[in-house]
Amino acid sequence: MANSHNRAQQYWRANLKLLTICLCIWFAVSFGAGILLADFLNQWRIGGYPLGFWFAQQGSIYTFVGLIFFYAKQMNKLDQQYQQGE
Amino acid sequence: MDLQNMIYLVVGFTFCIYMGIAILARAGSTGEFYVAGKGIHPVANGMATAADWMSAASFISMAGLIAFIGYDASAYLMGWTGGYVLLALLLAPYLRKFGKFTVPEFIGDRFYSNGARIVAVICLLVASITYVIGQMKGVGVAFSRFLEIEFEAGVMVGMAIVFVYAVLGGMKGITYTQIAQYVILIFAYTVPAVFISLQLTGNPLPQLGLGAEMANADGLYLLDKLDATLKDLGFAAFTEQKGSDINLLLLTLSLMIGTAGLPHVIIRFFTVPGVKEARSSAGWALVFIAILYTTAPAVGAMAMFNLLKTVQPEITQVAGTTQTHANKVQSLAVADKPQWFSTWETTGLLQVEDKNADGQIQYYNDNNPEFSHTAAQQGWQGNELTKVDRDIMVLANPEIAQLPNWVIALVAAGGIAAALSTAAGLLLAISSAISHDLLKRTFTPNISEKAELNAGRIAMACAILIAGYLGINPPGFAAQVVALAFGLAAASIFPALMMGIFSKRINNYGATAGMLAGLTITLLYIFAYKGFFFVPGSELFANTPDNWWLGISPEAFGAIGALINFIVANLVARLSKQPPAEIANLIESIRTP
Repeated sequence: MANSHNRAQQYWRANLKLLTICLCIWFAVSFGAGILLADFLNQWRIGGYPLGFWFAQQGSIYTFVGLIFFYAKQMNKLDQQYQQGE
Repeated sequence: MDLQNMIYLVVGFTFCIYMGIAILARAGSTGEFYVAGKGIHPVANGMATAADWMSAASFISMAGLIAFIGYDASAYLMGWTGGYVLLALLLAPYLRKFGKFTVPEFIGDRFYSNGARIVAVICLLVASITYVIGQMKGVGVAFSRFLEIEFEAGVMVGMAIVFVYAVLGGMKGITYTQIAQYVILIFAYTVPAVFISLQLTGNPLPQLGLGAEMANADGLYLLDKLDATLKDLGFAAFTEQKGSDINLLLLTLSLMIGTAGLPHVIIRFFTVPGVKEARSSAGWALVFIAILYTTAPAVGAMAMFNLLKTVQPEITQVAGTTQTHANKVQSLAVADKPQWFSTWETTGLLQVEDKNADGQIQYYNDNNPEFSHTAAQQGWQGNELTKVDRDIMVLANPEIAQLPNWVIALVAAGGIAAALSTAAGLLLAISSAISHDLLKRTFTPNISEKAELNAGRIAMACAILIAGYLGINPPGFAAQVVALAFGLAAASIFPALMMGIFSKRINNYGATAGMLAGLTITLLYIFAYKGFFFVPGSELFANTPDNWWLGISPEAFGAIGALINFIVANLVARLSKQPPAEIANLIESIRTP
């Protein structure tokens, strides 16, 4: 019982750590690159897109998609580890 | 075949598909009615979620908004997609693990309080009903424009169709219909965009076309050309930021947490087989949404460019080049107006007035004092394109670009699909809140499954009638309600769900007090600038950026409401009793796979 409680705690801590990393990236591409740093980033370009503008209207959305699949994949690994201990 | 018959054919064909699905996917149990038996494949659920989420507003209005406010529309693009990250990481898997039918059910059980359950039901009903009015109106507009029937008749046809597949099939019927609707709406959105991108830049992918060089102009990038043309007409550049940083940040954040807290989206994740599928399904949903959302900026920018090129051809021609235009530039002659111009003038969505009586239509920014000198030199006496409704940017786009009739017919079917799919999802959230949360879980717990299923169908039928009535007789505030729906979801539902999962300390009192505080403050702030219950004239302050508290618009206030919810809930919970042990066990169980 104590052991399974421990494993649940570990699982939850690992999940929180992964969540924090993902949410930092989520914040960085949208609020960071898309809004706060947009003016600064606009000095560079991707084709005709000013970089900050690209993040705000294209790049952040692509990153969001990647982020969800990354999280889902990492959590599947964690789930497996958790279930193997059972 | 002429355009009108083509539209009847395409729209009629899509309706046959919806009816066929309604007959095949009849719901036999409450489980099928509320959550489609929890057996939907994650990719299929992702597609259904995308149709559920993308409403008439996403399909028709968003690109128009981008066309006119450019960079600042990024708040909507990031807000309405970034919310899915929060949903996938913070809510969907845990709520799926909880394994019940509705959002208020989780709030009521986790906070062991019927009070909290009822507050959640009220938030859900207000947010969903205001939202569904807009969908019914969208159905009416699409029908009356494209099928040339009365607006009222259009709404009634829409109601009848939703009635058949939503009342019979419940979540099961809605899910399969939404998958079909997604396919129709995404084709309808991307096909014209591909054509227009090809015309302007030679690149078939609109996402790349927007960042590409113009096909027939001196190697200038499309965005540079657009910026230069807008500036030469006294407008702000497309890629330039117009609003303040703080408002843009808070608006984006409010839309994100509002998206993650909208019940009709959350319940879609109750239909997949398990926690693992709930996570990946959110990713698929965002893939399908991103196809439209990354196309929208190109649609908006290219539609704006085509509009400017039509009305101010000479200025558009030289903008951004080393050439200079003549002292007296030629604008669009009234006699040479293209066909689509007249079509949309008859709907009243486009209006022109030849103020200086020179037989031409000048479109420029007459509110820009720095530009008045240039305008005076040209002999312009005010902007003569006196009204361009944002919505026509998508609806008229195929005509502006002179695309074939079947593309125009497809856009009509797509707009109707977008509105119907969202309406059905909202109606299900409303009916399940009434038959399951109010009847089964609160007032008549002994009700049989069959009676509950019938109650669900009756609630759905009533909700359709109310939504239809309000769609035909929209309350004066119909345009304002989007802020309300997102504000409520952001300030009340999202924080309550998140704290219910991530904190073991928040108890019944904390959650209820937090929801009420977030709700009240957000409502008061919106009412202060938009009128109490949106009654015109009852607002305390004019709704202008100078009057906003710290420059925060009413639409952007949901994030502040959510913050107040978090603070109040924590304070109250810490001053009162710990939640009982069985609640701690419940939280443990939803946190493990």
